[in-house]
Amino acid sequence: MKVLVTAKRVIDPYVKVRVKSDGTGVETANVKMTINPFCEIAVEQAVRMKEAGIVTEIVVVSIGTLQCQETIRTAMAMGADRGILVETAEEVQPLAVAKVLKAIIDKEQPKLVIMGKQAIDDDSNQSGQMLSALLGWPQATHISNITINGDNADITREIDGGLEKLAIKLPAVVTADLRLNEPRYVTLPNIMKAKKKPLENIKPDALGVDVKPRLKTLKVEEPSKRSAGVKVADVKELVAKLKNEARVI
Amino acid sequence: MAVLVIAEHDGKQLKPGTTNTITAAGKLGGDVTVLVAGHQCAEAGNAVAKVAGVAKVLVADAPHYEGAVAENMAALVLGIAKNYSHVVAPATGFGKNFMPRVAAMLDVQQISDISGVVSADTFVRPTYAGNVMATVQSGDAIKIITVRATAFDPAGDGGSAPVETLAPAADAGLSKFVGQELTKSARPELTAARIIVSGGRGMGSADNFKILDPLADKLGAAVGASRAAVDSGFVPNDYQVGQTGKIVAPELYIAVGISGAIQHLAGMKDSKVIVAINKDAEAPIFSVASYWVVDDLFKAVPEMVKELG
Repeated sequence: MKVLVTAKRVIDPYVKVRVKSDGTGVETANVKMTINPFCEIAVEQAVRMKEAGIVTEIVVVSIGTLQCQETIRTAMAMGADRGILVETAEEVQPLAVAKVLKAIIDKEQPKLVIMGKQAIDDDSNQSGQMLSALLGWPQATHISNITINGDNADITREIDGGLEKLAIKLPAVVTADLRLNEPRYVTLPNIMKAKKKPLENIKPDALGVDVKPRLKTLKVEEPSKRSAGVKVADVKELVAKLKNEARVI
Repeated sequence: MAVLVIAEHDGKQLKPGTTNTITAAGKLGGDVTVLVAGHQCAEAGNAVAKVAGVAKVLVADAPHYEGAVAENMAALVLGIAKNYSHVVAPATGFGKNFMPRVAAMLDVQQISDISGVVSADTFVRPTYAGNVMATVQSGDAIKIITVRATAFDPAGDGGSAPVETLAPAADAGLSKFVGQELTKSARPELTAARIIVSGGRGMGSADNFKILDPLADKLGAAVGASRAAVDSGFVPNDYQVGQTGKIVAPELYIAVGISGAIQHLAGMKDSKVIVAINKDAEAPIFSVASYWVVDDLFKAVPEMVKELG
C-alpha cells in the first residue's frame, strides 16, 4: 500500500525563539531550522511499515519556501521514496495545508496518510483533522500505535486520562504522538542516496488551491515575565514560606 | 447571535475545562448555548444547566457518541453550527480532536487554544510552546475556537437553563470506539488539581519516581512529569506536563528533579506558585520558580513529607 507523509520545516525546538522588534513575527533569518519533530515521527512510522512489508511506497510532501527541499531530503534520507514540494512564500495556515494536501491525495491515491499531531511553531493541531474531513475519511489523532488489518486499522490513541482504542476503515488520516516511535538518525550514505531520489516542485495555483491566510496576525509579543523568585536554604524554610508567605498549603 | 459551547463530560459530570470554556464564551457576546453529546448523558446535561451564564442546554444522546468519536461529533455540531456566531470547545484532547473537522467542513480557519478574548473576532493565543503570544483576527463568518482552559476562571453555579433534546445525526460509520484504558488513580486529575507534584529525569527510575507519592498524598496533589521522565519510561504519557502534554496552572506546582526545558515550562509557567527542588544550582527551572531549594531530591522530598507532619 502507498503511504503519504507530511514534513513541515520549523525552527529547531532547541533554539530560543525571538520576537522581531516590530512585533510582526518571529526572527527566522540565520536561525537553525529542522523537520517538525512530530512529522519526523510520522516519517519514521511509514518507514518502519515499509520495512515490515506493509507499505510499498512512501511519498513525502512539504509546503513552503524552496528551503523545504531540505526537510524533504531529510525524510527521504530516513527512507521516504519520493518527495513533493508545494512551493509558496505565503504563510500557509492549517485549512490551506489541508486543501493543498487534498489536491495531492486526489491524484496520488494513498491508502494511509500519516502526519504529525501538531507543528511546534504555530501549535495549531488542526491540519490532519481538517484533511480527513475534506476527504471524508476517518481520522485517528495523537496515535501511539497502529496495526493494519487489511482494509482496517486498529489504533491506540493518547487521550487525557490514558489511552483509547479505535478501529478505523482505510483509507484514513492518522496523526503521530510522541510515543508512536523513536525516529532513527539519518546516516551519511542515506543522505547521499536521498539526493538521487525524485523531488517534484509544484505551485499551489497548479493544484487550484488558494492558500491566502484567513487569520490575520495583528501582533506577536513575548509573554509577560514572572516576578523573580527567592532561593531558600532548606526544606524547612520552604515549607514555612509556603504556609506563611504564599499560603498555598 | 448566540455562542455554542461543546461540553466535555463523562456522562454524569462536566470534565474540568468546560466551565472555564463557558467563561470564555461569555466574553464573546450573545447567549451561551451548551451542547452535551454522548451516550446516556442526561445527567451531564442537567449539570450544565446549573452553571452560571448558560442560557440553554442541548442534549444529543446516542450510542455512536460514546467516546466522542470525531467524525460523529463533527457531523452533529455541523448540523447546528450555522445558528451561531461562535462555536467553542476546550482545547483538550476532546476539543482538539473534532473541532478542526467542523471548521474544515464550514471552510473556516479555526483559532486554536486561545488564552484571551480581545473582541468578538480578535483573540490572543500562545505559539512556539507559549514563548510567543500572537494576537489574531478572524474574518470568517463563524468563528471556530478552542480555549486554553487555564487562562480563564471556571464559571460558578447558579444557572437554571432549560434543557432541550437535540436529534442525533446519523452514525458516519467511519470509525468505531473500541474502549478506553484510563490510568486509575485516587488522586485528582492533573488539569483539575489545586496542587501538582511533578518529577523529571532527575528521579532516575520508575521505582524512584514513587518517592513523590507520599508527598502528593500529604498535599492532596496530582502527580505529573516532564517529557524527559515520560521518554525515560518512568511514568505513562498521560502524566506529561508541557507543550506536548497537558497545560496546567494550579495554585502550587512543585517541580522535583526537573531541569526546566522550554517545552516543560510551556505547560506549567502560569501556575500561581512554583517550587523547584534540584541539585543543579544552574537549572533553568529556577528562572520561573517562586521558591527554590538546591538540594538532592532523594533527601529533600522525604524531609518535606516529614516537615508537613
